Amino acid sequence: MKIAMTVNGKSVSRDVEGNTLLVEYIRDHLRLTGTHVGCDTSQCGACVVHVDGKAMKSCTMLAASAEGAAVTTVEGLAKSKDDLHPMQVAFKENHGLQCGFCTPGMIMTATDMVARYQAEGKILTEDNIRHELEGNICRCTGYHNIVKSIADGASKMTSA
Amino acid sequence: MYETNFHKAATAQEAAALLNRSEDGKILAGGQTLIPTMKQRLADPTDVIDVSAAADLRGITIAGDQVTIGAMTTHAEVAGHAALAALCPSICKLAANIGDPAVRHRGTIGGSLANNDPAADYPAAALALNARIHTTSREIAADDFFEGMFTTALEDDEIITAVSFTAPAKGGYGKFPNPASRYAMAGVFVAKLADGSARVAVTGAGEDGVHRHDGLEAALSADWAASAVDGVEISLDGLLSDLHGNAAYRANLVKVMAKRALG
Repeated sequence: MKIAMTVNGKSVSRDVEGNTLLVEYIRDHLRLTGTHVGCDTSQCGACVVHVDGKAMKSCTMLAASAEGAAVTTVEGLAKSKDDLHPMQVAFKENHGLQCGFCTPGMIMTATDMVARYQAEGKILTEDNIRHELEGNICRCTGYHNIVKSIADGASKMTSA
Repeated sequence: MYETNFHKAATAQEAAALLNRSEDGKILAGGQTLIPTMKQRLADPTDVIDVSAAADLRGITIAGDQVTIGAMTTHAEVAGHAALAALCPSICKLAANIGDPAVRHRGTIGGSLANNDPAADYPAAALALNARIHTTSREIAADDFFEGMFTTALEDDEIITAVSFTAPAKGGYGKFPNPASRYAMAGVFVAKLADGSARVAVTGAGEDGVHRHDGLEAALSADWAASAVDGVEISLDGLLSDLHGNAAYRANLVKVMAKRALG
């Protein structure tokens, strides 16, 4: 069946099977390989993308379920190819990654969390950040620099 | 994942008709359990019927002390609903601690109730709040709905449309999550109904899934306080023993979680 959606602002349409996952649509059909598959059991969060503005695990969603949706992947965060999103800058400056495998999911979760907290006028404390990272696993960093990056990214997103 | 035929239903009745026509169809709500289960080839539905676009299954309605939550309302929507939090904060707090933020954006109350995972959170809330489960064909009391692990009173072509309940005078939920899966090792939902009587539902700890606890209900009906829990004996009969903890461990957790729910 043909599935159309908007990915990173562009209309796309591809033929998929009923059992094609959204992450397969993104990686294999659209060749946007920034979105990763880490665990295949919905726990690690390397596949997190935004669907209609909300962070979701693209390995735990069928592509056909996202028909007509607006999807943002890590490739779609920055304003241009030569630019970085403030959260990406924060991860770079705070050494928020080592191997980098979890990073796209971390950044998509981080931008979603900051947007939610800012919309509700709530303060994003270190405890909140750690709690919000429940669904994203990093096996290198021990999370400290990720938490620092997100706090820094949050202030950068406010001033941006 | 095995091959499957994908359908998207615009209404609950359309979904029920598609389900009825399919050989071995499954309703796809938020999919946060069904999709992982299909990926592991533990489920092999001939058809999946996606109800995420069914507007008649969404939303939270509050009329006085009556709460109705549409089946496709996500955990995040329940957790963040200000009017519901003012009336029944315990269910919002429960929803805010299911899974992780991405799961809460997609997972739904109807999906959780229909799946009746023995360690899921919502079944405990529905049972303790004496909720009514509305379906495409009838209304089922929570006491008659949960029939054991992953088993409910739902017929093959019946779909949950909403869950409704009267806001309790007081309520609370205590959950000890498994450190790896974050599912409840024991979760206790306590509710003091408008007439003063207490209902207590336990999830995660029972061999047959969610169940009420007579001893805790009697103690809390007499005295709604954490200290009332001390004198209650939690029988090991019917409690789960597995690699995560034996029945005695879970019995103790039930007591501790009941106190936390009250605290």
